[in-house]
Amino acid sequence: MTGRVGESPRRADGPGKVRGDFTYSSDLTIEGMLWGATVRSPHPYARIVAIDTAEARAMPGVVAVLTHEDVPGQQLYGLEIQDQPVLAFDLVRYWGEAVALVAADHPERARRAAQTVRVTYEVLEPLTDPEVALTEAAPRLHPAGNVTRHVRIRHGDQSARADVVVSGEYEIGMQDQAPLGPESGLAIPGAAGSVDLHLATQWLHVDRDQLAGILALEPEKVKLTLAGVGGAFGAREDLSMQAHACMLALRTGRPVKMSYSRPESFVGHVHRHPGKLRYEHGATRDGRLVYVKARVVLDGGAYASSSTAVIANACCFALGPYECPNATVDGWVVYTNNPPCGAMRGFGSVQNCYAHEAQMDKLAAALEMDPVELRMRNAMKTGSRLITGQVVEGPAPVAELLDRVKSFPLPVQGRGSGRGANTELDLTQMPGGVSNTTHGEGVVRGVGYAVGFKNVGYSEGFDDYSTARVRLSVVDGRPRAEVHTAAAEVGQGLVTVQAQIAATELGVSDVVVLDADTQVGSAGSSSASRQTYITGGAVKAACEAVRERVLALARSELGRKEVRLEGDAAVSAEGTVIATLATLLGDAVIEETREFRPRRTHRLDSETGQANAHLQYAFAAHRAVVDVDTELGLVKVVELATAQDVGKAINPQAVEGQLEGGAAQGLGLAVMEEIQVKDGVIRNASFTDYLLPTILDMPPVRMDILELGDPISPYGLKGVGEPPTISSGPAIVAAIRAATGRPINRVPVRPQDLVDT
Amino acid sequence: MRIACTVNGRPRVAEDVWEGASLLAVLREHLGLPGSKNACEQGECGSCSVYLDGRLVCACLVLGGQAQGREVVTVEGLASKDELHPVQEAFLEAGAVQCGFCTPGFVVAAHDLLTRKPQPTDVEIREALAGNICRCTGYAKIIDAVHLAAERMAPR
Amino acid sequence: MKAAHPDALPIAGGTDVMVEINFDRHRPAAFLDLTRVAELSEWSPDDGMLRIGAGVTYTRLIDELGDRIPGLAMASRTVGSPQIRNRGTVGGNLGSASPAGDAHPALLASRAIVELASVGGTRRVPVHEFFVGPKRNAMRKDELIAAFLVEPAQGPQQFSKVGTRNAMVIAVCSLALAIEPERRRIGTGIGSAAPTPVTAPEAEIFIQGVLDEHRLWEKRTPVAESALERFGELVAAAARPIDDVRGTAAYRRYALSVMARRSFAWAWNEYRGAA
Repeated sequence: MTGRVGESPRRADGPGKVRGDFTYSSDLTIEGMLWGATVRSPHPYARIVAIDTAEARAMPGVVAVLTHEDVPGQQLYGLEIQDQPVLAFDLVRYWGEAVALVAADHPERARRAAQTVRVTYEVLEPLTDPEVALTEAAPRLHPAGNVTRHVRIRHGDQSARADVVVSGEYEIGMQDQAPLGPESGLAIPGAAGSVDLHLATQWLHVDRDQLAGILALEPEKVKLTLAGVGGAFGAREDLSMQAHACMLALRTGRPVKMSYSRPESFVGHVHRHPGKLRYEHGATRDGRLVYVKARVVLDGGAYASSSTAVIANACCFALGPYECPNATVDGWVVYTNNPPCGAMRGFGSVQNCYAHEAQMDKLAAALEMDPVELRMRNAMKTGSRLITGQVVEGPAPVAELLDRVKSFPLPVQGRGSGRGANTELDLTQMPGGVSNTTHGEGVVRGVGYAVGFKNVGYSEGFDDYSTARVRLSVVDGRPRAEVHTAAAEVGQGLVTVQAQIAATELGVSDVVVLDADTQVGSAGSSSASRQTYITGGAVKAACEAVRERVLALARSELGRKEVRLEGDAAVSAEGTVIATLATLLGDAVIEETREFRPRRTHRLDSETGQANAHLQYAFAAHRAVVDVDTELGLVKVVELATAQDVGKAINPQAVEGQLEGGAAQGLGLAVMEEIQVKDGVIRNASFTDYLLPTILDMPPVRMDILELGDPISPYGLKGVGEPPTISSGPAIVAAIRAATGRPINRVPVRPQDLVDT
Repeated sequence: MRIACTVNGRPRVAEDVWEGASLLAVLREHLGLPGSKNACEQGECGSCSVYLDGRLVCACLVLGGQAQGREVVTVEGLASKDELHPVQEAFLEAGAVQCGFCTPGFVVAAHDLLTRKPQPTDVEIREALAGNICRCTGYAKIIDAVHLAAERMAPR
Repeated sequence: MKAAHPDALPIAGGTDVMVEINFDRHRPAAFLDLTRVAELSEWSPDDGMLRIGAGVTYTRLIDELGDRIPGLAMASRTVGSPQIRNRGTVGGNLGSASPAGDAHPALLASRAIVELASVGGTRRVPVHEFFVGPKRNAMRKDELIAAFLVEPAQGPQQFSKVGTRNAMVIAVCSLALAIEPERRRIGTGIGSAAPTPVTAPEAEIFIQGVLDEHRLWEKRTPVAESALERFGELVAAAARPIDDVRGTAAYRRYALSVMARRSFAWAWNEYRGAA
């Protein structure tokens, strides 16, 4: 029984997930399959002198060993710029880059064989400082130079001055998406040189198209089916094991399974761009923003991935959701020999949010003004103009969101009776918890606020569309709607939303969402908070087309014009059943496929950065309450509160899940998550030292969810997934500043940053 | 090597097991029980949580041979033939399942908690589930699910 | 059996060994499953001490011995997660001899003894002499850790662990304290701040001197702030930390001085309150 738009029905994939029989890509298995393993570079920068696979090929159980010489088609691939080798040739440019592949009949034998592949390297000095990479003297890591993209925004008066000026430099560490499901899939060779790949990914068609080029196959010969996905958050936008597994399968003529270990996963996908952001804000004495200047340098690592889009975001949203007549922004994303960076939830808007919110607090202090008041005074609203010149259409309730988070009552002050006394002590309320580092000594509470925004959907003219096929027929005497899209369910609940839309538009209770595969047109990626809007829009459009035909049938069969579809029936305007849908349809199968394309966007002008580059904006505000042990520098996040406008909550429970989960990822970057890279080498490629928040670290999240209705989107909905990850971390850092009185210009905040050692 | 143990109440035998294989690998690759997950294989995420002789453990940290002759219960052993276990139902109802990769581990750990503490407080829930990582939910609805399950499992 | 298979890798809870196996860092010729050796999971009084089998898990230590060895129980509570505590053992901690092992500081503070067994017999090594280098201990190739011996707490005990997350975290640094009123002795143990777990003998001597000089054992009045600070400095000075992914050397020393001050005050207050 499928729920309708606005309800919170159970996930159709839920029972399998709780029982343990839902098949993730890492669970796939087939008789006779081989296991693939990858040989990876131990150097961040080196020339490949020779690759000797003889010993590996001779090992028991080994069926194939492949290098770049075995790539059938295109050697290079990439989402925006085709700069990344399928298997390294000539040079390796990052620690962990894939160099060779092994297929064997047991995973242990594949691993052993991979270790015997002898690659002779001429080790080169890695380029690891993005500032150095920007200079003319730096070695060129790619033929076109080290600047992947330079974005310029010149808005308003470039020589504007102001009475009050604050500036700062902010550093953001490298975060990892760390989805729990490993990179994995099963490639099955088919007839006539075709291949069938079952995998976890965020975009089936872009994977398929890249694979077709790499494997030198017609797209129709590369069939992709989405298996269960264990989270994504941007980690699955680029190819990882896809081409490798397919190459091994096509070479051996046998199915090949690949599944990365966690340490391998850390080098198997891109990370969030670390960066340095230098800002200057100028304001009037009564707190109105006059100008913002920002210099943003993001470290893109060895290959481009989606860096060109990330830097655009970081620049377009550099100011934050505020009004400001004048802006000068320069942003660079550069190549280095550090790990490649690309999409992660928030996509450039996380980094700049730390900077602009720190600046707003600095400005408030300089003006002796309440930080929330300053933000409200400059808050964006409907009709405001971004620094890209685009006018915000639809609701932009920035001041309202701030007001709402401020209005939540503050949590009760923590227990703990101060130095020495052990009575009534609840360690779990303390920073450090049961590790027993404080009984209240040194603990100071701080409160901080932040607000952020970003675009929903693709930007700058990237063709944003999705496709849906909807089929209505009678099965076992009941009408059933089948929905078929290629949209990747990555955990967010997209399969449920698709079903809810079909149930609403067709008035049927039995809706089945088929497995996503490349047998239907592209749905675009599960990213940019876009799927409910764009694929939801496609499902709605296809349903409307189906409905039109059903209504036409009602007119011709029943001679009735004023008919609606409701409750598995054709009903009158008042709701009386005229005929059941089963009777009306009989044996008829009504199927329609529609593409949904929202309004076009436009590329940023290369000189001024002005354009209507975005489809929709989504806003969220956060308040954080922290207790800081100011002597040890340990932080406990006591509470997070958020307010977000979601336009229309298609599935309220799933919306809450996005707000809670996104805030946890924001907390992670603020206080504990960092891929630590030294000389291009990742020092903490495991969950032992890449710390994700546990249930003891994540506080309750109070939520105020607004549904203000976007004027043009399906159901008035707004994308939901990213804003929770954008302003949550900056609010936490603001709270830590309030508790400690320290400036804190870097995340993640470490204990040594909060004390004087 | 050959490993014979009881899994979910039934005697099971795994043949041709590599000596260094963990219990997790034995369950997933030899016994057709992929419900326990391999998110980290180093005991840092709890996605492989199972019962070994009645104790909650990470299957990735148990050497396959150590399970010889012992009793293992996995997530696949919690539901009855026709019905989900109340813990599983509660996870679904409370919206505690997103990508679901952590879910089997959480379900087993929550089941273990409720067996020992039928009406746990928030703090007790957090401490008991501190060994299970979720990347999607932020844990809020997982805590709701455990309370809901406790309510449902309370004797009338 | 260990004598017959000297290269067999002993495995009990597997919480350390299996990580090495799963990540390809180790491929022993054979394993020795210690969970089958029943005596290793037993504990009993032994001539005024508690003799605790190397296979007793952290969960059991907390549940069955928490009142008698509170310092070690506090440390056990900070280990990993419930899943890890149900399998992890002090024996395993000692076997790995990591400077970050959570049990080590409490064992040092309580002056525990490690009992090693081989076909040749058993020998007992004070835990102070057991750690010989980073992840190296005093065991011979043919020996197994049979048990450790520790006195039931002679007075208040404390344990603190600094970590950047509230569960499943390797200590940035840790500190154990034991107050022994009858012997008028203070025991210390420092973790994750030196190549091996270490004690702070100068700090112990100093604070013992303060307590004696001002007759605080009898008077049971608070210890002066200045003395606590000096105690903290001396504890920090006993550490030889490094910079690594978890923290800096400077922070570790600093944090130890803070924790030494605080935990001594807590332990001393407990002693005062017990009057």
